[in-house]
Amino acid sequence: MQFMLLFSRQGKLRLQKWYVPLSDKEKKKITRELVQTVLARKPKMCSFLEWRDMKIVYKRYASLYFCCAIENQDNELITLEIIHRYVELLDKYFGSVCELDIIFNFEKAYFILDEFLLGGEAQETSKKNVLKAIEQADLLQENIDFQMRLFAAPS
Amino acid sequence: MPAPIRLRELIRTIRTARTQAEEREMIQKECAAIRSSFREEDNTYRCRNVAKLLYMHMLGYPAHFGQLECLKLIASQKFTDKRIGYLGAMLLLDERQDVHLLMTNCIKNDLNHSTQYVQGLALCTLGCMGSSEMCRDLAGEVEKLLKTSNSYLRKKAALCAVHVIRKVPELMEMFLPATKNLLSEKNHGVLHTSVVLLTEMCERSPDMLSHFRKNEKLVPQLVRILKNLIMSGYSPEHDVSGISDPFLQVRILRLLRILGKSDDDSSEAMNDILAQVATNTETSKNVGNAILYETVLTIMDIKSESGLRVLAINILGRFLLNNDKNIRYVALTSLLKTVQTDHNAVQRHRSTIVDCLKDLDVSIKRRAMELSFALVNGNNIRGMMKELLYFLDSCDPEFKADCASGVFLAAEKYAPSKRWHIDTIMRVLTTAGSYVRDDSVPNLIQLITNSVEMHAYTVQRLYKALLDDISQQPLVQVASWCIGEYGDLLVSGQCEEEEPIQVTEDEVLDVLEGLLVSNLSTPVTRGYSLTAIMKLSTRFSGVNRIKKVVSIYGSSIDVELQQRAVEYNALFKKYDHMRPALLERMPIMEKTATNGPTEIVQTNGETEPSVVEPKHLPPVTQPANQANDLLDLLGGNDVVPVIQTTMPTKPASAGGELLDLLGDLSLSGGPATAPASSVPTSQPSFLLDGLSSQPLFNDIAAAAIPPMTAYNKNGLKIDFTFERANPNPNVAVITIHASNSTEADMTEFVFQAAVPKTFQLQLLSPSSNVVPALNQGTVTQVIRVLNPQKLRMRIKLTYTLKGSPVQDLAEVNNFPAQSWQ
Repeated sequence: MQFMLLFSRQGKLRLQKWYVPLSDKEKKKITRELVQTVLARKPKMCSFLEWRDMKIVYKRYASLYFCCAIENQDNELITLEIIHRYVELLDKYFGSVCELDIIFNFEKAYFILDEFLLGGEAQETSKKNVLKAIEQADLLQENIDFQMRLFAAPS
Repeated sequence: MPAPIRLRELIRTIRTARTQAEEREMIQKECAAIRSSFREEDNTYRCRNVAKLLYMHMLGYPAHFGQLECLKLIASQKFTDKRIGYLGAMLLLDERQDVHLLMTNCIKNDLNHSTQYVQGLALCTLGCMGSSEMCRDLAGEVEKLLKTSNSYLRKKAALCAVHVIRKVPELMEMFLPATKNLLSEKNHGVLHTSVVLLTEMCERSPDMLSHFRKNEKLVPQLVRILKNLIMSGYSPEHDVSGISDPFLQVRILRLLRILGKSDDDSSEAMNDILAQVATNTETSKNVGNAILYETVLTIMDIKSESGLRVLAINILGRFLLNNDKNIRYVALTSLLKTVQTDHNAVQRHRSTIVDCLKDLDVSIKRRAMELSFALVNGNNIRGMMKELLYFLDSCDPEFKADCASGVFLAAEKYAPSKRWHIDTIMRVLTTAGSYVRDDSVPNLIQLITNSVEMHAYTVQRLYKALLDDISQQPLVQVASWCIGEYGDLLVSGQCEEEEPIQVTEDEVLDVLEGLLVSNLSTPVTRGYSLTAIMKLSTRFSGVNRIKKVVSIYGSSIDVELQQRAVEYNALFKKYDHMRPALLERMPIMEKTATNGPTEIVQTNGETEPSVVEPKHLPPVTQPANQANDLLDLLGGNDVVPVIQTTMPTKPASAGGELLDLLGDLSLSGGPATAPASSVPTSQPSFLLDGLSSQPLFNDIAAAAIPPMTAYNKNGLKIDFTFERANPNPNVAVITIHASNSTEADMTEFVFQAAVPKTFQLQLLSPSSNVVPALNQGTVTQVIRVLNPQKLRMRIKLTYTLKGSPVQDLAEVNNFPAQSWQ
């Protein structure tokens, strides 16, 4: 996978994960143009399109578009499954996830993505394991914070 | 200083902004606050500030001043800080940034951290965006972690290794030992990432590939794992719609594909499992189809047995009928890949593929179009073309150019009859005329010219098309060219193929003049129509109108048009005698491209009389070997083969060659009538020269050289008469006169000549190739010889007399001295 973008139906970016090194300017340009292209697609059209020299796989979940650019030898249908798996993870974590969850907790959305994919490939195929890892990491974060509050000197 | 606002608070605030300006203002204010907070080196709130900065970065605002802060967060001991710090690094500190490398040390430390989640963060960051230098520095650490027993870390290390290899391929060797027992893991995460790592190594290095095939016996291991996945019962942890770990299955199938490619043993070892997956996988949901898709790709790529291949194509055929668009798309893509190798199998699904042309989805339509063209052959051309033309009518503009080109190509290869071919071209021109490629206009003109018996039909159809619509330039160009050439057929109503229309010369000229003035016509088109009008001056009777038109354009602003008009004007005024010859019908052109319908007649129950033998063509297309016969006989290397004028090669633009003709004319030449040939061919660029050497030409010098008899045998007598070419005195112009005193005509008469190397010889076309019997007429032909010294010549004569071919060679030595002095 080269990158994954999440954006709303108005074209606002909610998450961007890039697995290839590109300049900020290029990223902005690609984002802008791709978002336009995908938003222009009609609902009955298929989830795949050739754009520039990349294969794009996208799927809409409620008000959010999940859009990935994959390599030529990658399997488009399994990419749809990957997108679906990510949505399921978000759903389990946030409990019936909606766009607002991702807006207000974008850093968590990234953490979950980074437990599921690494370098553009799936690192864990078990839903349970991904969620467990996130849970543990969250706990670790809380514990330390908790300790900080207990022992921090008044400033 | 009050505590910086919380992240969620900021997000909420920004979202209340009603305009872009309001949002920008809020952001600027907050950025200023964050900046001063950074300056104060506040450890407590750094994390919160960077998080806010990342949010603003996502909205599109600059955040580079946070880069160093991310580094500080990464170096912190707090897990929260590290989490946000690494996230910030991945978003803001890609390898193009100067400070990117400063991360290296922190990452190195964190790779050895006591907490696996910290190690995980470091591996993740390195594996997503580590630069080559960083990868080089840290590869050792990654390799170590690849060997750990902690599966959480092992799986991340494997993908990190993939990234390292992609960035620094030379380091691949280093990871080889660690891959030894990766596949004996039970943990699916490790299995999946290991397969990805092995795939990457095998794809990059043929040595690795053969190592894994032979030494590690990778194929049996993978087959075993795959088998377990399929056969084992329900495993809730990895189940997706009833299928056990489809992600892993797909990756294994992909690795098998690489291992089995071009390798018989490996392919054989995986045959069974592939058949099993292909037949047992549930197809009701996307997951199952994803696995089947990968399986089909693998079957087609390895050396599978034919039964398996048929199974694969049938799966694709079933995909084509699936309601799910995505599945259909994927099927069309795969079929396109296999259509070359398994053509017949794919043909069976042709009707379904053609139906996909009518799909609403652009990607599917494109694939279906490409595949349809690949499937066209002599047997299905009529049916397929009907569908494709219908598609051309209704498709989006982005397809039209490709589709039109495809149609032309297919028609050229498989047209069942000339009429069909021309009808097809007409259809394309009228429906997608503005989208056809530029080079199709000359191609079409050549095709039309060579379909001699269809001229009347073609010009009629094109004329009718012009009446309807003059906006499509390629159509207009071809049409005006044809009207120029065959306007006489149009007016005389000679069409056999369909009802001839009644049209007068004036009507035709109206149409052509209309093209000249229309705003829709491009300059190129105007050039075509002006030339067409000019050509009609020799085919129509009403010349005055044409003269007027031409003279008007002599002052046209368009330089091209003006030049043409001026030259045509000159033709009317000073060179009127040459006009008929210059504007004669174009001869059949040599095809430089693929064989057209004139050469190959595809079966479809329709046979065509083979192309009208160009009897009227001068024998200038003699193959070189005949000249070589002469060479042999003249005994030696001092002979140059006959240089005969060849047919004009395909003109770059139909209007252009007339200008070339004019360009070659030496305007100092004297008047001469058109050559006394009954042949409807023309010899461009030597016409004037040929004319000037006609015996009718009064040249004082000519009279000085006496004629001679070069050959007289078996009733065939050949006389040579001489002139000096004007203006080049080094060129001797010899005219041969062949006469026949026998009772029967000599048909297919060909005269050839060879001269020693010091000379150059040029043979123009003969007046005819039938020497009439009983001296009723002569065949004349012009030879031009450059730099004649003591000229000697070998001639070869071939002709048919009373049904039997006759051939003779002779040497001509009795040239009069004056011919070379």
